[in-house]
Order: sequence, then structure tokens, then C-alpha cells
Amino acid sequence: MTQTIPQVADYIRILPELVLAFFGLVVMVLDPLLDDEGSRKTLGGIALLGALCGLGASLWMAQSPGLAFWNMVRVDSFSVFFHVLITAIVAVVILTSYEYMAVQRIRAGEYYGLILFGAVGMTLMSSAVELVLIFIALEISSISSYVLAGFRRREASSSESSLKYFLLGSFATAFFLYGVALMFGATGSTNITAISQALQAKGVPRLAYVAVALMFVGLGFKVASAPFHVWTPDVYEGAPAPIVALMSTGSKAAAFAVLLRVMFEINTPGRFWLIWVSAALSMTLGNLSALVQDNVKRLLAYSSIAHAGYLLVAFAAQPGPGISAAMFYTASYAAMNVGAFAVVSHFAGAEERYVTLADYAGLGRRSPLLAATLTIFLLSLIGIPITGGFFAKFYVFSAALKSGLVWLTLIGLLNSAIGAYYYLRIIVMMYMREPKGEITVRRIPASLGVALALSVLATLYLGVLPGRVLDFALRSATQLMQPHRAAITPAPTPPVGTM
Amino acid sequence: MTPSLHLWLIPILPLVGAAINGLMGRRCSRHAVSGVAVAFSGAAFAMALWVASQISSLSLPHLELLSPWIRAGNFQADFAFFLDQLSLLMLLVVSGVGFLIHLYSIGYMWDDAGFSRFMSYLNLFMFFMLTLVLAGNYLLMFIGWEGVGLSSYLLIGFWFTKDSAASAGKKAFIVNRIGDFGFLIALFLLIKHFNTLNFAQLFEQIRPLQPEVAGAGLLTAIGLLLMVGAAGKSAQIPLYVWLPDAMEGPTPVSALIHAATMVTAGVYMVARSHLIFDRAPSALTVVAIIGTLTALFAATIGIAQTDIKKVLAYSTISQLGYMFMACGVAAYSAGVFHLMTHAFFKGLLFLAAGSVIHAVGGEQDMRRMGGLRKYIPWTFWTMTVATFAIAGFPPLAGFFSKDEILWKAYSSPHGSWVFWLIGVVTAFITSFYMFRLWFLTFFGEYRGAQPSSKAKLATEPAAHDSHAPDPHAHDNHGHGHGTPHESPMIMVLPLAILAVLSFVGGWVAIGGRFERFLAPVFDSGLTASVAESAAETGGSTETLLMGISIAAAVSGLFLAWFLYHRQPALPARIAASLGGVYTAVYNKYYVDDLYNTVFVKPLLKGSTTVLWHGVDQAAIDGTVNVAADSARHVSDSVRHMQSGNLRSYAGWVAAGAAAVIAYIIWAGVR
Repeated sequence: MTQTIPQVADYIRILPELVLAFFGLVVMVLDPLLDDEGSRKTLGGIALLGALCGLGASLWMAQSPGLAFWNMVRVDSFSVFFHVLITAIVAVVILTSYEYMAVQRIRAGEYYGLILFGAVGMTLMSSAVELVLIFIALEISSISSYVLAGFRRREASSSESSLKYFLLGSFATAFFLYGVALMFGATGSTNITAISQALQAKGVPRLAYVAVALMFVGLGFKVASAPFHVWTPDVYEGAPAPIVALMSTGSKAAAFAVLLRVMFEINTPGRFWLIWVSAALSMTLGNLSALVQDNVKRLLAYSSIAHAGYLLVAFAAQPGPGISAAMFYTASYAAMNVGAFAVVSHFAGAEERYVTLADYAGLGRRSPLLAATLTIFLLSLIGIPITGGFFAKFYVFSAALKSGLVWLTLIGLLNSAIGAYYYLRIIVMMYMREPKGEITVRRIPASLGVALALSVLATLYLGVLPGRVLDFALRSATQLMQPHRAAITPAPTPPVGTM
Repeated sequence: MTPSLHLWLIPILPLVGAAINGLMGRRCSRHAVSGVAVAFSGAAFAMALWVASQISSLSLPHLELLSPWIRAGNFQADFAFFLDQLSLLMLLVVSGVGFLIHLYSIGYMWDDAGFSRFMSYLNLFMFFMLTLVLAGNYLLMFIGWEGVGLSSYLLIGFWFTKDSAASAGKKAFIVNRIGDFGFLIALFLLIKHFNTLNFAQLFEQIRPLQPEVAGAGLLTAIGLLLMVGAAGKSAQIPLYVWLPDAMEGPTPVSALIHAATMVTAGVYMVARSHLIFDRAPSALTVVAIIGTLTALFAATIGIAQTDIKKVLAYSTISQLGYMFMACGVAAYSAGVFHLMTHAFFKGLLFLAAGSVIHAVGGEQDMRRMGGLRKYIPWTFWTMTVATFAIAGFPPLAGFFSKDEILWKAYSSPHGSWVFWLIGVVTAFITSFYMFRLWFLTFFGEYRGAQPSSKAKLATEPAAHDSHAPDPHAHDNHGHGHGTPHESPMIMVLPLAILAVLSFVGGWVAIGGRFERFLAPVFDSGLTASVAESAAETGGSTETLLMGISIAAAVSGLFLAWFLYHRQPALPARIAASLGGVYTAVYNKYYVDDLYNTVFVKPLLKGSTTVLWHGVDQAAIDGTVNVAADSARHVSDSVRHMQSGNLRSYAGWVAAGAAAVIAYIIWAGVR
């Protein structure tokens, strides 16, 4: 076993994580030194700077692809894609939180710190190629989200959300960990590359099947796919709206990244019908349940289950188009969903009072700009052209059709039609119903304006010029499919013993 | 590797202008709005000039990729721009004439309440038109194609509170859809058989193909379908009916969109697709026949129109017919040449007509004009240049291009003396109705309303800065003036520039320079044979034919002078003695009524009874309601999964996990 001292390149390959963690620590240290007002402003600014530095570090990291820290971390186009995506999401969420925290009168301190720590976990999930490290990263991000979900301390629903998320999350993570253990038993390794080599060389032991199933349960919980989705509406309803934005996009993207690596890199047999059924169930249950929701946050929670279903369709397709379609989908879903929740969190007001559908009546007249931006996001969620949502669905379904998944595509298309109903219902409310009672919509502050503008731009960019992002995703997919040729120097045997 | 010219900036600049004016125009002063509109369209023109100056250092055709766009399997369509001599020429014409008309519009539309909206639409049109011209593949071209259709719809219906304007906009849009349908199917066929829409790759594949001499083949079908699209956009038989109605739009719109640029998009498209047409002789013949018939047909209608803009509208249709005639005999450069000169003199005619209408307070009926040359000298002189140009008097621009077309129609191997003869007859009629317009408008006594009469009464209640969509007049400028007056400088300046261009614009072709400039584009064997047979037919024939067409122009002038200046009472008597024939022409041969009876009414009836009541209300609504109800039922029961109870949630997760593991073990055992 060659045991080397980490090189500079090793650190560069985890630079985004280091930067994010550093800024998180700065926030934590500064917090007690500032008063309420000061902490909100200064710490938010520092956190934003941290996210942007993380974004910069991700781009820098892209210059030196390869393995780091004894093959535990791999920097390739795939991980760079998710690093950039997640840090961008975090930046926008921080921008959204800025004003939200003031309105909700929540002391900000550790809030921003936790967001950054969560981001460390999420980004690490996308570049880790060692199951134990993935588990640790998953826990880092999950634990931050558990705490963040309960941040509206005066609200019972928020504590409920946090507790439910924590208990069920731990339950599900246990499945994942159990799967990792079984996989180690089956192949003698926890390194993804080594596992896939072992499975190829020696045939697939029955234990590996079960291991994959268990890991799927754990990750399926994180991405809120049926039948592991039940926690979603309750948690999303109670958690602060910006945090829901983060959970439904950032955490999900990271979990999908892991799922992509595990499912495609460890080419596991027997996964096909698991994914097929889960995808069909998620789409159908998510959309059907969303139809009757009156609470916008719950509605978007169900919508996020449905979108997890659409995304899983790509997993059932052939690797090449499937992986790239899935990556494109995560990006465009992130753009539109973060935007939608940004609007929701602004409109909700103090104590998140206005979150029912009826409250949105007449928003088109009271605040045309807010209504117009929300409309763009909703149209994108439906999948109307010139928005990112259209091409996201298009690529997923075309990948599925190319792989001969006619029925799954059909289910997906039918579900898109059902989905259009409840998104349009919000639009109808905003533009065609008279407002009930007086709800004063606050002016859109600069920070939120920037967040919304970025989300709109990203949504439209992906809808008009999807080529560049898709090309990048296609390249990443190719790299992911041939990891052994891509970046690995004559590899020392994975340091299993040191685990 | 040629340097990047950043061609994408050319269309994007007007789009930025449109966005600024569209979003913020209403809150800005008119000066700011016009500044933005003119600056961005002017910047596009300046950039086009700069590109033209770089032309010698480029290897044409010059391709530029802005960004990947659609990838589906092997098929690929990108945001790519294509610059060759043809698109450069179109670029200059569109951005140049467009810029001048922007200037003119400032003066013309100043008092309109929708000023910023108008300027924004105009810039938007420029964006789409420049995209169309610069596109590197048919798909991007189609976006521009549809986009100009949209802008045209918006601008025709600009005064949308007026019923006739709104329905004219709809008519234009719907008729164009028929053409677009053909265009689209042509594109589908191209994708199916060549798997690309990029000009470079597509034409490379088509170039080695043999002409489909015997009857019809794939390329003939594609060519004919493309011609359907072109007939829609460029108002050819049988889809020309929307263009006269489109005169409901403000006059600068008629000048820019319905004369100088958009309606020539069909000609441009056919010229761009010449490699397809070259290999489909029967399609080419159809193009020539449609063009020739349209030229004659529209010209005869033009004789009997009394609305000054309607005359010009039919004249535009007729001149577009000439362009298609040229393309149809494979003399593409002659067609494009006429496209250019036509942009100058027809743009000018419309702008001048707008100036006339402006001067007489919104009146468009030529019978109420007359003697205006004393009141509006600038307009008179510029319009005179344009009239002589369109009538084909040497040495004005129209003479060169029209003569070139007639000559090629006669001498080309695809041509025939029949095309030439009809062309000459049309030239005579053109000259006649244009001078009729000229005499009726500018000579004789002013027959319009005096200070105390109708014009004043009509406009007075609306006050000086009347709110735009005034139902009483077409281009209403409620100045309340009694005597006609000259337009402001900002309107006169574009008139003057276009007059110069209408005068000298044809000289570029002297000595065959224009044809040589475009030769690399149309270099395909067939055009060479056109030039060859022209040379064979010989110079003396050419001189003779030229003499005949000049004679046609002069006799048109003379007849118009005799009937409308010398013996002004005579036309009415002639019309009366002609009886039914005159009525038919006056009513535009009843084509609109025919279409109404044959297509529109049955369609409407069928749509109402079958599609609306039957399919939509009964079948679709019924199914949807049932589906929605059952979805709600299911949804309600699904909701019970969501008890809020933590233990039941954990139960669901555990049950799911159990199912997953059970399945996977079963799968593994098997």
C-alpha cells in the first residue's frame, strides 16, 4: 500500500469545501460579537461572499481534474457541474434569506453558518467516490438541514418539521449505511471504482443486490421519491421558505449526484424496475396529491416529489443521454424552484402568514412584477417552451424514448398534463381573481431583486440556449461512464485498510 | 480562419432597444424613446456598414457560431450566422431603410398616445428581420420568419381599438399561417432526407444532385412547398389578399414592413434556396408563372383603386411578382437587384404618401386631394423621383432592375417571350396607375376639405393631441389645419435620402457589376447558362427590348396625363361604359368575396358546429371533466397517506423499503 502525504493538488480538489467551511467558521465566530441588527446584515454579507468564493473555487478546481486524498475524492466535469450548481443555489438562497430573516425577526447568526456547512456536505457528496465519505458528507448536509428546518422557533409547525425530518432522515440514512456495509461485505471495498471493478471481475454476488436496494432506499428518501416521500409536505410546510428552496434544490441535486454515481458507475443489475416503479409512483402520487392542496408550500412540496419522478425517468434510460438529461434537469429545476420559493418567501410576510392559494388572488394587480416572475417559474415548472423546464422535460423524455421506455414516457407526459392544472391554478388566482381583503405586498428589496433576476435569467437561459449546458453535461456523462480511463493514474490499491 | 465579426450583435441591438422601450418607454419622455429607438437601429446599421467594409478581408461565406441550440441525435441546429454577398446586401438594405424609417416615424407618430409602443414594435421587427437575413440555418431563419409575422401582426393592428385594423391584423396573420405551413413541411422534408437544416451542410449535399428533369421528385416537392411559404410572406397569388388590408397599419409600417423589407423575405428565401430550385425545373417554372400572373393581376387592380395607400399596396404585390418572375427564370441576381431598388423607391413612395396624408389631415382618398405640389414641395419632388423610378424611366433605379428582369425573362433558357410580354404590359399598366396617382394627388385643384369643413370637424372633438385610436380617420393627425402643410424636417430628411437612392440606386448594375458581386452566391451552373444564353441572344435584341419597355413607360405616362390631367371627366365616362368589367376590377375581381364564401364561411360553420359544440364542448370538455373529477377522487384518497403521524410515515418508509428489498432479492434469485 502506497501511502503518500497529500499534495497541494489534493487540497485544490477540495478547495470549495475548504472555502465554504472557512466562511462558515467565520460566521460562527463573529456571531456572538455582533448585536441582532448587525449580525443580520454583516453575517449575511459574509455568507454571500463565502458562497461566491466557493463558486470561484469550484471553477478553479475545474482546472485540475483528478483524484485526491487516496482516491476518496474525484474532480471531473461531473463534480464540477454540481459544485457550481450547488454554490450558485446557496448564493441565491442567502440573497433570499437576507430580507426574510428581518421580516421573520429571526436571529441570523448560526443560520448562515449552517447553510454554508450544509453546502460543504452537498458539494462533497458530488465529488466523493468513497461510500463512507459519501455517508459523512450526506450526514453533514442532512444535520444542517434538520436544524435549519426548525429555525422559525416561535412556530410549532417549524419544530414539528425539524423533528420529523430528523427522525425519518436518520431512519433512512440507516438504510444507506447498512447498504454500504453490505456492499463492503460483498466486494471487499467501499471505493466506487474498486467496487465496480470487483463486480465486473467476479460477477455479482447476491449480497450486492441487496446492498444496492438499501442504498436506493436511503437516497430515495433524500430526493423525496415515492414511496419514501411521505415526509416532504410536512417538512416543507413548516420549514422557513428559503430553507425549503435549499432543501428542494441543493440537497436534492447532491443526492441525485450520488445516485447517479452509484447507479451508473457501479453498474448494478436489477435496478431497472426499482427505478421504473419509483419514477412512475413519484410522478403520479406527487401530481395527484398536489391537485387538492390549498397551501402553496405544500403544493410545491408535492410538485417537488413529482419532479423527482421525472428526473428518475432519466435514470431508467440509457446512460449517455440519461445522465446528461438528469444533470440538465437538476440545473433547470434548481433555477425555477429556487425562484418560486423566493417569491413565496417574500410574499409570505411575517410569521409566513400568507401561504394559502386564496392569498395569491389578485397578486397580478397588487404586485405585477412579483406575479410576473412567479408566472415565469410556474410556466417553467409546467414545461412551457422558452423556459428551462421545457428542455429539461424534453431531454428526459427523449432519452427515455430512445431507450424504448414508451410506457414510462407516456406516464410522464400524462403527469405533465395533470401537473399543468395546479400550476395554472396559481396563475389564474394571481391574474383572474379579485383580491380578498387587504394584503400589503412589501417592496421588493434589492437583495431579493437580484435573486429573482438571477433565477429568471437562468430559467430563460436554459430555455433559449440549452446547448452549452447540455454539451457540458454530455461530456460529464461520457467521463462518468469511463472513469477508469479518464483521470486515474496507475492506481494504488484503494486504502481500504485505513478506513 | 477569418476573424469573428460578432454578427450576433446586429440583430441583438434592436432587440435591446425594443426591450428598453417596451419596458420603460411609457414612463420616459418622447425624446428619450425616440433616442433609444433610433440609436439602436442606427447602431445596427452602422455595424452592417462596418461589416461591409470588412468584406474584402473575409472568405465568404463566413459562418459564425453564437451558441449551440438544439441537439437531437445527429440533428443539430445552432444559433449560427451566415454571411455571404446575398445576406450582406439584405443586411444593408434592411438596416439602412429601417433606420431611415425609424427617423421618419418619430415625426409621423409623435402625437400618438402609443408612441413608445410603436417604437418598441418597430425595433422588435428589426430584430426578427435581421435574424431572418443573417440566419445560418433554416430553423433560425424560420424564427425570424415567424417573428416578422408577429411584428407585422402587432403593427397592422396597432390601432387595435379600430375594428378594421384588428381584423386586418388577424387576416394577415392567418393567411401567413397557410404559407408557413408549406414552409414548415418543406423543412420537415429537408430534415428527413438530408438530416440537416444548416445552409452550409445542406447545400453541400444538394449541389452534386442531378436536376429532376422529368416531372416531380423530392426537390420539386420541397421547392413548391417553399414557394407556398414565400407566396404567403411575399403576398403572391393566391395568398396576396392580406397585403391590401394591411394598409390599416400606420404608414411607416406600410413602408418598412409591407413594402421595403418583410414582404421581400419570400424572395430572399427563394434566392437563398436557389440550389434546390435549380435542381427542380418544374418548381422553377411554377415560381415564374405565379410571379408573372401576380404582377399583371395586381397591376390591373391598382388602376381602379382610389385610396392612395391601396394603390401602392397593389403596386407592391405587382412588383414582388416581378421579383418572383426573375427568380423563376433562374435570374436570381436580377430578382435581388429589383428587391433592392424596390426597397428604395417603394419605401419612398409610402413615406411620401404618408407625408401627403399627414399634410391633408388624415385623408387617404385621392379624389379629395389634388394640387398639392404647391403646398408640399419636398414631398412632391421626392415622390416624383419615386414615381418615375417605379415607372421605369431611365436613368432611375427602377429602370435598370425592371429592364434586367424583362431581358432575363426573355433570354433565359428557363424564360419565354410570354413572360416578357406580360412583363411589358404590366410595366405599361404600372406606369399608368402610378402617374394617375401622381396627377390626382399633386396636380389640378385642391379638392380636399377647406378649413371649415369635414376634416376640421372630424378632428376637432378629438382635440389636438387626440388619443391615438381614433375611429374616424386612418392615419389621424388631428392638427385641425385646413390648408395642407409640409411635414417636419425629420420626416423630410429620410424622403430626400431615399429619393437620392431611388435615383442613383440602379447605377450599381451598369456593366454587370451587381451580377458579378452576387455571382459567388448563385454560382451553380444554371445561372451561368442564363448569362450565356443572354450573351447568345445578342446585344441588338437587348437594345430593342429596352426600347420597347421605355416606350411602355412613356405611353403609360401619356395616357395618365391625358385622362387625369387633360380630360379629367373622361375616366368616369370610360368606367361607366365598361360597366361590369370596371366593377369587377374595382371590387378586386371579387377574390376576397370568393375566399369568404368558399373557405372562410364553411370553415367558420364547421368549426362552430363540429369543432366547438361537438368536439370541444361535448367530447373534450366532457372527458376532461370526468378525468378531473376522478383525479380529485383519487387525490382525496391519496391524501390519507398524509396523516401527519410520524409513526405512520416511518411505516410507509419501512414498507417501501421492504418492498424494494423483496423485489431485489427475487430478482437476484431469479
